Amino acid sequence: MTTELSVARGRGAEPRPPRRDDNDDIGPAKLSWRYRLTRLDVKFSPYVYIAPFFILFAVVGLFPLLYTAYISLFEWELGADEQPFIGVENYTNLLADSQFWNAMVNTFSIFAISTIPQVIIAVLLAVLLNTALRGRTGWRMGVLLPYVASLVALTIIFGDLFGVQYGSINDVIELFGFERIDWQADRWWSHVAIATMVNWRWTGYNALIVLAAMQAIPRDVYEAAWVDGASKVRQFLSITLPMLRPTLIFVIVTSTIGGLQIFTEPLLFSPSAGANGGATNQYQTVVLYMYQAGFQSQDLGYASAMAWVLFIVIIAIAGINFLLTRRLASSGEA
Amino acid sequence: MRYRRAGLAKVLACTAVLAAVATACGSGGSGTSPDGKVELTIATFNEFGYEELLKEYEAANPNVKVTQRKTGQGAPHHQNLFTKLGAGSGLADVEAVEEGFLSQVMAKSGQFEDLKEIGPKDVREDRWLQWKVDAVTTKDNKLIGYGTDIGPLAMCYRKDLFEAAKLPSDPEGVKALFATWDSYFAAGDAYVKATGKPWFDSAAQIFNPMHNQAETGYFDRDDKLVIETNDDKKIWDQITAAVAGGQSAKLAAWSPEWQTGFKESAFATKTCPSWMLGVIEGNAGPDHKGKWAVTAAFPGGGGNWGGSYLTVPKQGKNKAEAAKLAAWLTAPEQQIKAFKAKGTFPSQTEALISPELLNQTSEYFGGEKVGMLFAEQANKVAAAQYKGPQDGEIQDNVVSPALASVEQGTSPDEAWAKVIEGAKKAAK
Repeated sequence: MTTELSVARGRGAEPRPPRRDDNDDIGPAKLSWRYRLTRLDVKFSPYVYIAPFFILFAVVGLFPLLYTAYISLFEWELGADEQPFIGVENYTNLLADSQFWNAMVNTFSIFAISTIPQVIIAVLLAVLLNTALRGRTGWRMGVLLPYVASLVALTIIFGDLFGVQYGSINDVIELFGFERIDWQADRWWSHVAIATMVNWRWTGYNALIVLAAMQAIPRDVYEAAWVDGASKVRQFLSITLPMLRPTLIFVIVTSTIGGLQIFTEPLLFSPSAGANGGATNQYQTVVLYMYQAGFQSQDLGYASAMAWVLFIVIIAIAGINFLLTRRLASSGEA
Repeated sequence: MRYRRAGLAKVLACTAVLAAVATACGSGGSGTSPDGKVELTIATFNEFGYEELLKEYEAANPNVKVTQRKTGQGAPHHQNLFTKLGAGSGLADVEAVEEGFLSQVMAKSGQFEDLKEIGPKDVREDRWLQWKVDAVTTKDNKLIGYGTDIGPLAMCYRKDLFEAAKLPSDPEGVKALFATWDSYFAAGDAYVKATGKPWFDSAAQIFNPMHNQAETGYFDRDDKLVIETNDDKKIWDQITAAVAGGQSAKLAAWSPEWQTGFKESAFATKTCPSWMLGVIEGNAGPDHKGKWAVTAAFPGGGGNWGGSYLTVPKQGKNKAEAAKLAAWLTAPEQQIKAFKAKGTFPSQTEALISPELLNQTSEYFGGEKVGMLFAEQANKVAAAQYKGPQDGEIQDNVVSPALASVEQGTSPDEAWAKVIEGAKKAAK
C-alpha cells in the first residue's frame, strides 16, 4: 500500500506537458518550449534554492579556511611593513613549541573530563525525562536553561564559585574539614573547574537531543521485549542505545568539535581575563594560545598554522569518535 | 607586494559579500559630506569626556562635522586599531592610543602621520610634560601623538590598618615609609610581623612601576632584548623576597577576588595612579570610607600608569583637519573640561596649574586635595623609559604571569628562567 502510494506520488512530481484540449490556441512549437522550460525548472531550481547556503559558506567558511592556509606560510605580522614567505617554518616551529604541546594536552584533558561525563549524563538525563513525570514540559525546558543563559555571565558566576581565597566552593570544602583547593594554580583542578562550566552549559542541550531521538523509538519494540521478559536495563542496553546510534554519533561528533575548541571558559577563568591560561599556562587551550599568538603577539602566520593543525586534529578525533560510536552503540547489530 | 596581496583579499571578500554587507566595503566615505562639510571621525575608548567638546568644536568650525566612535573597553579598541592598520583602511581620522599599547603603535610608527609636520604650527611640545612627549616621539624624531591624559602614581594605604600595626598613618608621617622601595618593603615586613596580613595586592602591581623607573626597560634603544643585563633581576629578587615574606595578598589585579579583597581588607597598600581612586572607592565600598588615604609619595620617585594619546593614521582622508581637531582637543583648556566631565587627569603643564584641578578634593579619601597631590606626582616622573616593540607583551604575558606563579609556589629561580625564555620568544 505504502509503496504504491509513494510510487504514484513520485510519478506525479514528473512534469507533464499541458493538455492540448485546454490550450487549443497554443501551437506545438510553443508548447514544447514551455515544456522544456518546466523541465529545466525542475532540474535546476533546487540547486538555485540551495545556492545561497553554499555561496555564504564559500564566503564565510571556505574562503577563510583557504586564506588561513595561505597566511600560515608567511611571517605575517598584523600591520607590519613586510610579510615574507617562509614556507612551512611556522609549522616546524609549532611542532617544536613546548607551549603548543602543553596547550594540546590541556585541551585534551579538559575535553575528556567535559565531553565523556557530559554525554553519559545527557543520556541518563534523557531516560529520566522520558518517564512519566508530572509537568514534563517544565522539566524538559529546565535542563535547557543553562544553555540559554549568557556564557559570560555564567563564567563570572563560576569564577566566583571557584575563587581561591573567597570562593564559595572552597568555603564549603573547608567546612567539611578538607584543605582549600587552589583552582588557579593546580593544573588538574583548574581543568576540573573549566570542565564543570562546559558541562553545566551543554549537558541539558545534549539531553534534549537524545530525548527527541528516544521518543522516535517505536513503542512496539519495547512491548515485544517486555513480553519476552526483558528487564528495564536490558531494554535500555539492547533497544534504546542501539536505536539512538545516529543521534549519539551526532552528539559525540559535535561535542568533540566544540570540546576541542574551548575558548571562552578558560579565557574568563583567568583572573585578569588574559589569554595566558594561568600563570604557567596550566589551563591554556590550543584556541586560547592561537588567540594569544594572533591577536596579542600579532603573529598571524603562526596563529594560522596553529588553526590548521587544530583543524586536522579535530577532523581526526571526530572521525575516530564516529567509528568508535558506530561500533560501541551497535551492540549485537552487524 | 604586501599591499597587492591585501588588496586582492579585500576585492575577493568584498565581491563575495557585497550583497550582504555593502557598507563594510569600500573606503568608508569620501571625507566630505554632500553639503561640502569636512567629515571627521574620532575613535576613543572608555570615557575621554569629549562629547560636549566635540559639539563646541563643530560650533566654532561650521565647516566640520565630527563623529565619535566609542568603544567600551581599551582592548577591543586597540585590536580594531591594529587589524585595520593591517588591512590598510577603515580607521577613524583620529585614533586614541593608550599608553599600554603605545610600544606596539610606535613599532608601526610609519603608518601614522608626523604631527610636527601636519599639525598646526602653534602647537609646541612644551604644551605637555616632557616625559609624555618623549614617549610618543620616534627614534627619528617624529611626533606621532598628542598627549591627552596621564595616570601619575602615588601611594594609597589603609589608615586604620596602619594604626593597628603601630605604623605612622598620617599623610606626612607615611612619606618616610614610601621614600624608597627598600623602606617600602621594610615597612611591609614590619606590617606582616605585626598583623600577619599581607602588605600589597600582588607582586605584578609592584614590579611594573619599579621596572618603569629603571633607566633601561626590556629593550635598549636598538631594540635588543636586555632583560638579562638591566636592573630587572635585582627588582625581581627584591619582590620575590617580599612575596616569600608574606607581603603579597596574591590577588591578581582586576580579578573578582581582587575586587573582593578591597572589601575584605586583604592588603594595606596599593600603588595608586590618579584613576585608581575611583576604582578603590567602587571596590571597597562605603563601609571603608575615610579608612583609605592617599599620600604624595611614591617609592623611588614617581611613575605613571595609563593615559592616552590622539594619533592621526596615514590612511585617513582629511589628515590636516584631523590633526587640527586633535591639537584643539589636547589643548589645556579643553583637557580641563574633559577632566571636569570624566576625571581624566590632564598631561598639559598649563592644565596642571589650573585652579580647577588644584582645588579638587576627594571626600572618600578624607577630603584630601587629590588634584594638587597628583599634579605634584606628575612632575616627579623622571624621563620616559624607552619601550621596545614587544614591551607590552613581555609585561603582560611573560613577567606578570611568572610573578603570579611565584605567588602560587613556583621557586623564584625557576620562574625567572621562564621569564628569560618567554621574553626571548616574544622578542624573536
